[in-house]
Amino acid sequence: MVNTKVTLCGIEIDNPVIPASGAFGYGQEFNELYDINILGSFSFKGTTREARFGNPTPRIAETASGMLNCVGLQNPGVEHVINHELPELKKIFHKPVMANVSGFSVEDYAYTCALLDKEEQVGWLEVNISCPNVHGGGMSFGTDPKNAAAVTKAVKAVTRKPVIIKLTPNVTDITEIARAVESEGADGVSLINTLSGMRINLKNKKPILSITTGGLSGPCVFPVALRCVWQVYNAVKIPIVGMGGISTSEDVIEMMLAGATAIEVGAANLIDPFASKKIIEGLPEAMAKYGINNLSDIIGGAH
Amino acid sequence: MKNLVFEIISNRKIAKNTYEMVLCGDITDIKCGQFVNITVDGLYLRRPISVCDAEEGKLTLIYKVVGVGTEKMSKMEKGVQLDLLTGLGNGYDVSKAGDKPLLIGGGAGVPPMYKLCRELAAQGKKCSVILGFGSENEVFYEDEFKSLGADTYVTTVDGSYGVKGFVTDAMNMDYTYFYTCGPEPMLKAVYNKSVTSGQFSFEERMGCGFGACMGCSCKTKYGNKRICKDGPVLEKEEIIW
Repeated sequence: MVNTKVTLCGIEIDNPVIPASGAFGYGQEFNELYDINILGSFSFKGTTREARFGNPTPRIAETASGMLNCVGLQNPGVEHVINHELPELKKIFHKPVMANVSGFSVEDYAYTCALLDKEEQVGWLEVNISCPNVHGGGMSFGTDPKNAAAVTKAVKAVTRKPVIIKLTPNVTDITEIARAVESEGADGVSLINTLSGMRINLKNKKPILSITTGGLSGPCVFPVALRCVWQVYNAVKIPIVGMGGISTSEDVIEMMLAGATAIEVGAANLIDPFASKKIIEGLPEAMAKYGINNLSDIIGGAH
Repeated sequence: MKNLVFEIISNRKIAKNTYEMVLCGDITDIKCGQFVNITVDGLYLRRPISVCDAEEGKLTLIYKVVGVGTEKMSKMEKGVQLDLLTGLGNGYDVSKAGDKPLLIGGGAGVPPMYKLCRELAAQGKKCSVILGFGSENEVFYEDEFKSLGADTYVTTVDGSYGVKGFVTDAMNMDYTYFYTCGPEPMLKAVYNKSVTSGQFSFEERMGCGFGACMGCSCKTKYGNKRICKDGPVLEKEEIIW
């Protein structure tokens, strides 16, 4: 009997599989298809202080083995999430959830995180300083070590729960940002957010996406994600949540060998709504195949 | 929503760039005005295609070749198995039709009118149907609608067949309610010309097709909606152009 349990920032989870923010809503759509309590956890839709509609459409484009999106953090705002989404979630999901938070100023991040920190069902705060699809916030915090540190410091000052900072790969040296947030007390880092990219429609010879660029995800980014996790594992001591193109149980093992304590699944959920379930159910067989008894034993095992 | 495997029974060209694919599989819970999302080998995202008909274990899809996905679909042969998500979207509400509903389809927006028309006709409604196309070689399903007993009008933009002009040029009959699907400029023209309430089916580039990714959101008078999950059918009263 293999053991898939891992401990992420002091919280033990049944398996390391966590659907990623933006690919799983607030859980309701997927719970119609399968019991989402089989998940390690999930990271809910990126939540901001105020409600946001996001960017105009088209927000989606396709590429070989992947997709681009420029949704732009559409969400109903933190108050609505606390008063409506979390009570509804509590009825169907009986594990700690990861609260994904975004903002447009240091104060925004601190405000939203402080409110979600008080919610019983929130296990971890995942602070997104890496959204490529909004102006004046998001990624601009995640590309500068000083800004990344400032957000981390402000959030840590007003919260008690583990704070995981979500990092962007759209930087020269991701380890510099990881070290900066670790030094201000981050309890973990998650990476990678999407890679900035674009497509052009040959018929009208204009960019497909409404804001020209979007975030690339899907299997095509997996090797980039793996490399980033590998580098960050060498640079910091805090746990890493690895993500970027994970689609199979084997991908999970590979990402953990690179240094991830847990992993997130994004785009795969969108093209196969049962993807996360299949990955979890496939873990014991994949572990047996590669002679792994305890999944937690392989974290960083390739180093 | 269901995730099912369907098998192609036939796949034939019925008009310029337009194909009719008939598949067999579990069609329970597929309503008119809904769509299916199809995995096409070698492509990452599924292809959303509206349901033309679903009856007696057969699913009929009519699609226009507009890109690499539909191009690949057009070359698929009998016996090929496809992975589908079915029962997507809200579909049309047939209870509002009244005695004399008007159905207006433009181009690739014609197919969803067929199952709707068949259901309304079965309820004894006297349907009028307007089918809009660019030119004569794009016209399809005129006879199929006539066989359902609908008063069927065809318009072509260049006047090569039927009434010359747009679907709105044929909207002169009496009707109690209307249903429409087609390109957005057509929907807007129908909105402006219509004299009753009605339902509009919209199209958008989608990520998932089942409400998870927020890729196809739109603003309505009733709040933000997802075309794939809360739509694709919106009521006239809620639409913001």
